Amino acid sequence: MIASVGGQLGLAYAFVEREIALSKRYWAWELVWLVYGIVTSLSVAYIGLAAPAIAGASVDEAAISRFVLYLLVGTITWRFLGLIFEQMGETIAWERWEGTIEYTFMAPVPRLTHLLGMCGATLVRALAFSVAILAAVALFVPVDLSNANVASALVLLATGAVAFIGLAIGSAVFPLLWTEKGLQMAYIVQAVVLLVSGVYYPTSVLPEWMQLLSVISPATYVIRGMRAALLDGADVGGVWPDLWPALLVGAVSIPLGLRLFVWAERYAKRTGRLKRSG
Amino acid sequence: MAIQVREQNEPRSIAEPRSAHRGGGAPHAPPALEARDVRKVFRVGGRRPPAPGHVRAIDGVSLRVDRGEIYGLLGANGSGKSTLIRVFSTLLTADAGEVRVFGLDVRADELAVKRLINRVSVEASFFKKLSAMENLVYAGRLYGVGPEASRPRIHAILRRLGIDAGRVHEPLEKLSRGMQQKIAIARAFLSAPMLLLLDEPTTGLDIRSKREVQTFVRDLRDEHDATILLTTHDLDEASRLADRIGILHGGRLVAEGASEELTARHGAASLEDVFMALTGRHIDEADERGEAET
Repeated sequence: MIASVGGQLGLAYAFVEREIALSKRYWAWELVWLVYGIVTSLSVAYIGLAAPAIAGASVDEAAISRFVLYLLVGTITWRFLGLIFEQMGETIAWERWEGTIEYTFMAPVPRLTHLLGMCGATLVRALAFSVAILAAVALFVPVDLSNANVASALVLLATGAVAFIGLAIGSAVFPLLWTEKGLQMAYIVQAVVLLVSGVYYPTSVLPEWMQLLSVISPATYVIRGMRAALLDGADVGGVWPDLWPALLVGAVSIPLGLRLFVWAERYAKRTGRLKRSG
Repeated sequence: MAIQVREQNEPRSIAEPRSAHRGGGAPHAPPALEARDVRKVFRVGGRRPPAPGHVRAIDGVSLRVDRGEIYGLLGANGSGKSTLIRVFSTLLTADAGEVRVFGLDVRADELAVKRLINRVSVEASFFKKLSAMENLVYAGRLYGVGPEASRPRIHAILRRLGIDAGRVHEPLEKLSRGMQQKIAIARAFLSAPMLLLLDEPTTGLDIRSKREVQTFVRDLRDEHDATILLTTHDLDEASRLADRIGILHGGRLVAEGASEELTARHGAASLEDVFMALTGRHIDEADERGEAET
């Protein structure tokens, strides 16, 4: 049993190692995405700092600092969750373009192990990017974390990652079924999740029908909980109202995403879509 | 090539000699590959078969490849060779029929079948920015062979294929098409497959690379325990390598036998004449049905 688990972890690690090797070879592109992430986050932070000038009213420094942190927590948490989401879909599309998709799907690796490995690789990259962005932003913008409860923030982040993995596996179905349109569809889903999850604003400002969508997005709970932990110092008990729905979404979305993926693979094999493009 | 000693539970290395004679094995052991009445139809323009315009890519193919045999599947472009290989390699599900690899059903026992097979396609499919070594170590891991075990094997196989050791760390995109294809073959043999599916492995290679690959395949047949199904539209290659040849035309297996048997049976001077007599066309002419969605 232990040997079997070890063997599966070894197989899953193949995908992590492969992605790390690819990141090294494409280091210039990784640098581009990192700079892009830092610049985007910094721009959002500067919007916060400029709030009094934009609103034409005086706002006390504590409120500005809270507003900046509010925006930064949203943008960096979204960067972390968004990377998980988009990389899963892109990995399938990437393998089609590279021409390796047939080889990967022909290998004697259980699909669960394959997806676990891909998720592991995605988490490593998302975590590295998020930490680097946070560190870079902190160099330019004063970030007041004196009141933060880091432990509950980490618990939320881990829960959010798990919850998003289910969604990400589900979104990876699109490029599995449709060569180019599939990735476009995954991006549309990601954009809608960004809109309804309260990344830069409370979801209460959204129209009612969008608020209904925000209820099923795990990002809504993770970002709201992260704000409670990092702005107000809420402990794990304090963020529980946001933690349990994220856990629930993960518990539902992971098996559902896996089932969808396996169905899509069978469909792709039946219709001849499991092949390279170009 | 030096003979290696296999550790307990380690997959058989290609460097080991064959344990059974060609076509050998236990008297009642299942064949390496057995296909019965395999059929595959593809939709065209989103219409479901049998709507007009659908393509019958494989039309009731039955064949058997014995252990240790090299079976050459000969056909023009679009004849259904690649579709058939994709069915055998679990990448495509047949509409009807049965495919068994060493007695295991490709659908019901998919994972077990995957452990026994490997495939080399006409395009060398790699992560092109990664080096040959990185690609091959990754491939080894997918088949449960860790880097410590795979690296020496990789060096041995690449040496055998005439690839300079100094180039194994270069990105694959910097290597020639011939070298990439040799590395694709090395990758397939790294997993020590019991059944190797070679889908036009020498198409597009220069004469020298083609000969080297053919020699390697023939040596593996002669020295090691590998069963090989080779698709090609190169008549000379089929004659050179294959113990038996199947001719595929319009998705049907229209003839099967050793090269000499086929020529004798059809009173032909060459395999090319046999092909012309059976299909009414030259092998370099594409099958008019095309490959549809294959």
